[in-house]
Amino acid sequence: MTIGIVSYGAYVPRYRIKIEEIARLWGDDAEALKRGLMVYEKSVPDVDEDAATIAVEAARSAVARCEIDPSRIGAVYTGSESHPYAVKPTSTIVGQAIGATPVMTAADFEFACKAGTAAIQACMGLVSSGMIDLGLAIGADVSQGAPGDALEYTAAAGGVACIIGKKESEIAAIIEDTYSFTTDTPDFWRREGMAYPEHGGRFTGDPGYFKHVTNGARGLMEKIGTKPEDYDYAVFHQPNGKFPSRVAKLLGFSKAQIEPGLVVPKIGNTYSGSCLMGIAATLDQAKPGDRIFATAFGSGAGSDSFSITVTDKIEEIRNRAPTVAELIKDPIYIDYARYAKHKGKIRLS
Amino acid sequence: MRDVAIIGVKNTKFGELWERSLRDIVVEAGIGAIEDAGVGGKDIDGLYVGNMSGGRFVDQEHIGALIADYSGLSRNLHVPATRVEAACASGGLALRQAILTVASGYSDIVVAAGAEKMTDVGAQEASSALAAAADREWEGMAGATFPGLYAMIAKLHMHRYGTTSEQLAEAAVKNHRNGCLNPIAQYRNEITVDQVLNSIMVADPLHIFDCSPITDGASALVLAPAEIAHEYTDTPIYIKATAQASDTIALHDRRDITTLDASVMAAKRAYEMAKLGPGDIDLVEVHDCFTIAEICAVEDLGFTEKGKGGIFTEEGETAIGGLIPVNTSGGLKACGHPVGATGIKQAVEIVTQLRGEAGKRQVEGAEYGMTHNVGGSGATAVVHIFSRER
Amino acid sequence: MSVPRFWRKLDSRYNLKGTHCVECGEYFYPPRNTCVNCRRQGQIEAYRFKGTGEIVTYTVIHTAAEGFEKQAPYTLAIIKLDEGPSLTAQVVGSSVNAYIGMRVRSVFRKLGEGGERGMIYYGTKFIPVDG
Repeated sequence: MTIGIVSYGAYVPRYRIKIEEIARLWGDDAEALKRGLMVYEKSVPDVDEDAATIAVEAARSAVARCEIDPSRIGAVYTGSESHPYAVKPTSTIVGQAIGATPVMTAADFEFACKAGTAAIQACMGLVSSGMIDLGLAIGADVSQGAPGDALEYTAAAGGVACIIGKKESEIAAIIEDTYSFTTDTPDFWRREGMAYPEHGGRFTGDPGYFKHVTNGARGLMEKIGTKPEDYDYAVFHQPNGKFPSRVAKLLGFSKAQIEPGLVVPKIGNTYSGSCLMGIAATLDQAKPGDRIFATAFGSGAGSDSFSITVTDKIEEIRNRAPTVAELIKDPIYIDYARYAKHKGKIRLS
Repeated sequence: MRDVAIIGVKNTKFGELWERSLRDIVVEAGIGAIEDAGVGGKDIDGLYVGNMSGGRFVDQEHIGALIADYSGLSRNLHVPATRVEAACASGGLALRQAILTVASGYSDIVVAAGAEKMTDVGAQEASSALAAAADREWEGMAGATFPGLYAMIAKLHMHRYGTTSEQLAEAAVKNHRNGCLNPIAQYRNEITVDQVLNSIMVADPLHIFDCSPITDGASALVLAPAEIAHEYTDTPIYIKATAQASDTIALHDRRDITTLDASVMAAKRAYEMAKLGPGDIDLVEVHDCFTIAEICAVEDLGFTEKGKGGIFTEEGETAIGGLIPVNTSGGLKACGHPVGATGIKQAVEIVTQLRGEAGKRQVEGAEYGMTHNVGGSGATAVVHIFSRER
Repeated sequence: MSVPRFWRKLDSRYNLKGTHCVECGEYFYPPRNTCVNCRRQGQIEAYRFKGTGEIVTYTVIHTAAEGFEKQAPYTLAIIKLDEGPSLTAQVVGSSVNAYIGMRVRSVFRKLGEGGERGMIYYGTKFIPVDG
């Protein structure tokens, strides 16, 4: 059975803050940070944007791109670590706002930065089993970095939605297989009621990101018998620019393979949207027959790897919705004060 | 239908009346009007009181009964009392109801009052209560405020007709000048165009000095059939017309954003009823909740053509001594705007003028006066025409 | 606004669902169940608006409505939808100032919150089509 991405849609808020502006406030060395992180600016939500509004905008873009009847969507799963409600699903808001309700199932996912790909896997299962016709998987975040914390330089906002289906005539990118690698690794967390996450500093590196991404990626390639050179493109979770570049090298992927999907330098880490944003940016330019390798990582920790082949359908649907490049091309730069206001760091009561 | 006359009037002081409650001020106005008319409690057949939001401002509904009670009209006399609500047009509508009951012959001596106690809540809560006069679901949920709605009227008026912020400011400057001459006015200080333009922006292009204030105040009138009015007073003032019109609750649904069709229709009906035209009116109290509202009002009531209200005001035609003196009381801007009282206060001012008792702000030889009271952004308009001769 | 009151019109707020009178052809948003032209003779059906339109007039609100303080200053506009009716909504997310005649399209945003503990109100705002 063929299963794959019928459509995708991305959303990135219009506002950006530069590394220099954040560094100015905390007295940090902006040049050193930019070199170290390979991130130059990050996206900032408007005062009235949150993970739900971003998920809706991404989902609407995905629906517009493939022009399907939204009532065919049988499942809406939104992955985020910044769901606006602790209890009350984001996914029902999305389902209602795209006209997919009421005959559908819905739930919210949370697995740090890979909640969106976990949602894709769940949709793949439901679609392939025949339980649903189409599934909508979303990764969307307005991620939080504590003021002054290293995370503040990269914690960004954005989201991507994917419609998963199995009708060959509708599939724009076939998902050949997926593979997950998961252990209990407390490298990053946010306890109930806390405004900002805690992280393990350098512990998030080797025991977290690198162990899970390399094992997951190798696991999938072994499982299906592929090698890095079989792929035209590769996307790895991008918490910054450095990690995906380094992990690509470790695995034997080239700079050219990851370049098209490496959006983090311009928008920062969109968390649940991060790897999916890279996949979306790659689909924006891939040709029919191109192969894409992707591994998402979520702290806590785990990785989801995908082997994807683009179909002829991509040419037909691509331009019906804005590409990632179009979404990020015309930013409005703001200062730290406005950033603090947009992010709700200024309390009025 | 019988002709109706006003035989007694009274305003309380308008302003921030920290030491006085809603019932205090309304009793002062009511008893003052009754004394002015020379009638006794036993003569009163009914009481109509305009009050927009007792519930929000003082957490008190059943305002009619409360006022009748504290005016001494309940326990022994059991005078029927009715509260009338049409947002900021509550007072004008209370007057209209009182006129209709006297004209019909159902009642003879009737009190029409209006009152609002707005300063018992904070400015934010008062603004929120006032915002309930707009469409709560489809304007309020978008973040609309009353200054915001009128600002959108102003923006389009400026765009379409070239009206300027200076012209808007002239309305406030003139109203403050008039307010200086009115002992009950909340603001009795002159202001300049520059002061208006340099005051803080509330909703572009309206500055805080383009907006009427939050005010406590009460006003009352006593009505009688015209045929017996002379038994009570030497100077009865006659109702020549009472007219009312409705429009959509939301500004966005109007035929034209810069015209209050309800004002146009109410004025048309009033002119027809009185067999008069705009040229016959000697002075008018218009509903200047914002300066742009006065600009629109002089157009909508026919004193100048649509789009010319700004120039008309700038050229001094609405000042005392101009073509048509507007808001000799100081208007809502300077006299103050206790929302439920405003429509009654406007009538008190016209009666005072037609009686020739307006002192330094007297419009000499005034025969016909008009009041124009608006609810919300123009969903209700009430227009009355008064005359010195029957 | 209370939860049931908001929820009742949720689809209209999220998806610009209004109505249309088949009899006279007029479109209504916010939705009306009685045609203003045909009244009882009208035949009302549901209609989902495309979400594109033009600014009729606007203001920048500096003194915010209660519950909108975090958003101040914000641009409020009357927008004429391409199908005919006008509505009141905020215009957001732009580097250019609003102007009369500006083309806009709908977006999904937070309208407000019922305080710290209350529900979050979502609905439609507008952004400029260009810029």
